[in-house]
Amino acid sequence: MDNEELKLAITALLPTANFEEGGEWLNILIEPTDWLPFAQQLRNEYALHFDYMFCLTCIDWKTHLTMVYHLSSTKYRHNIVVKAKLDKAKPDIETVCHIWRTAEFHEREVYEMFGVNFLHHPDLRLLILPDGWEGRNPLLKDFDDPVNMIKL
Amino acid sequence: MVEELGTNTEGDLIINVGPQHPATHGVLHLVITLNGETIKKVEPHLGYIHRSIEKMCESLTYRQYIYVTSRMDYLSSHINNHACALIVEKGMQIEVPPRAQVIRVLMDELTRIASHELWWGSMAMDLGAFTPFFHAFREREAINEIMEETCGARLTMNYMVPGGVLDDLHPDFQRKVKEFISLYKRKISEYDEIVTGNIIFQNRMKGVGVISAADAISFGCSGPALRGSGVSCDIRKIYPYEIYDKIEFDEVLETAGDSFARYMVRIREMNQSIRIIEQLIDNIPEGDFQAKTKAVLKLPKGEFYQRVETARGEFGIFIVSEGGTNPYRIKFRSPGFSNLSALDHMARGSKIGDLVAMMGTLDLVIPDIDR
Repeated sequence: MDNEELKLAITALLPTANFEEGGEWLNILIEPTDWLPFAQQLRNEYALHFDYMFCLTCIDWKTHLTMVYHLSSTKYRHNIVVKAKLDKAKPDIETVCHIWRTAEFHEREVYEMFGVNFLHHPDLRLLILPDGWEGRNPLLKDFDDPVNMIKL
Repeated sequence: MVEELGTNTEGDLIINVGPQHPATHGVLHLVITLNGETIKKVEPHLGYIHRSIEKMCESLTYRQYIYVTSRMDYLSSHINNHACALIVEKGMQIEVPPRAQVIRVLMDELTRIASHELWWGSMAMDLGAFTPFFHAFREREAINEIMEETCGARLTMNYMVPGGVLDDLHPDFQRKVKEFISLYKRKISEYDEIVTGNIIFQNRMKGVGVISAADAISFGCSGPALRGSGVSCDIRKIYPYEIYDKIEFDEVLETAGDSFARYMVRIREMNQSIRIIEQLIDNIPEGDFQAKTKAVLKLPKGEFYQRVETARGEFGIFIVSEGGTNPYRIKFRSPGFSNLSALDHMARGSKIGDLVAMMGTLDLVIPDIDR
């Protein structure tokens, strides 16, 4: 499906979704509370079949966080980007690691680097940072480490 | 968090493999829960070589950040650099001269062969045979010499820049590559004689670390780890970049999903890379090796994604630009990170002796995983 067809199919699934035009792929903006049922539909809907999550990350916009999910289909070869805006004071979103199992590691990385809390994640703990790391999140824009960070 | 060596409440033995262990090829740390010799759980602990390259790149310009990406997957640094150059060219709509495109593809494929050679040697060494390592390094050395002449480095080349390549080819490049092709063709049969056809190796790899196509997709595996399960996923074929859509080559697929299938994918892939090089080596167009670009590169405001096929799988770069000279946020999707997440699923229920065969055929490069 091309971007226009995807847009129609996704509007039918989630009428509240907003779209961002101009990029290479269709960008879908959703509410974090809609994510889990929407993710299940994206994965299981026959005509969409988004079975491959190739990237999962987060962006710190200083005022809020944005979760970014890149999905593609190994059957139809179409791609979409799903984004959800999170409140910085309470960055909660449902985990999708039982839908795409690669999300388990990626969500742990985002949890330690950005402090996003993935609800119902089976094993949400540090992955890359050392044990006993005291909860500061290195990829946030206000993180500073005068000893170990090299600035050019 | 890391348990002491010993037993847990159920009487299972907990042992550490790594961070210093020859079979992990770097500083990977696995905590393995064992019931007798049977693996119940494999838990990777990462970060021993984490340099936070993503954070570092936020303060680097689009010319500078290429140099740190060579240090991620140091065995396919050309291909990492290629992705960096492509995403800037895509964002700024820079036209790359045909000569540079051909040079880039030639370098990518030579890198792919060199990486698979090293994998083949070290994987055989993990399984207990030392000799194949020397065979592999003989051929790899020829490639490294070619790289050294043209790029000035043997591992971290930093040869691809936005708009083309850093410098023109060395005058000996074509001759040396042709010599390498004839060397490779004479020697590749030795690989099959020593390892592929060896019944001991086959017994250790067949039926070991089986992963179904559906699971491999769900775990986000890519490259030979996914093609070994019969899923077509070669970025060069399905989302072609550079001139891959004009070149004739086959995507290598195996269907068994075990370690031997992943092994065969890599061996057969080397032959396809030779086929690509043979098509291009006599047809390098004359002309510029680099497009004229502005001294200061600025990506327009927006989000960009570029993926390429490295020797280990799908490597992706995600850039969020605010229109400035450096990225606002950059994410590297490394193939090893997702491939490693499938290791626990593969290993459960098999014997601990088979773990090195699984890790070997996943071809883990630790700096690529930790970034």
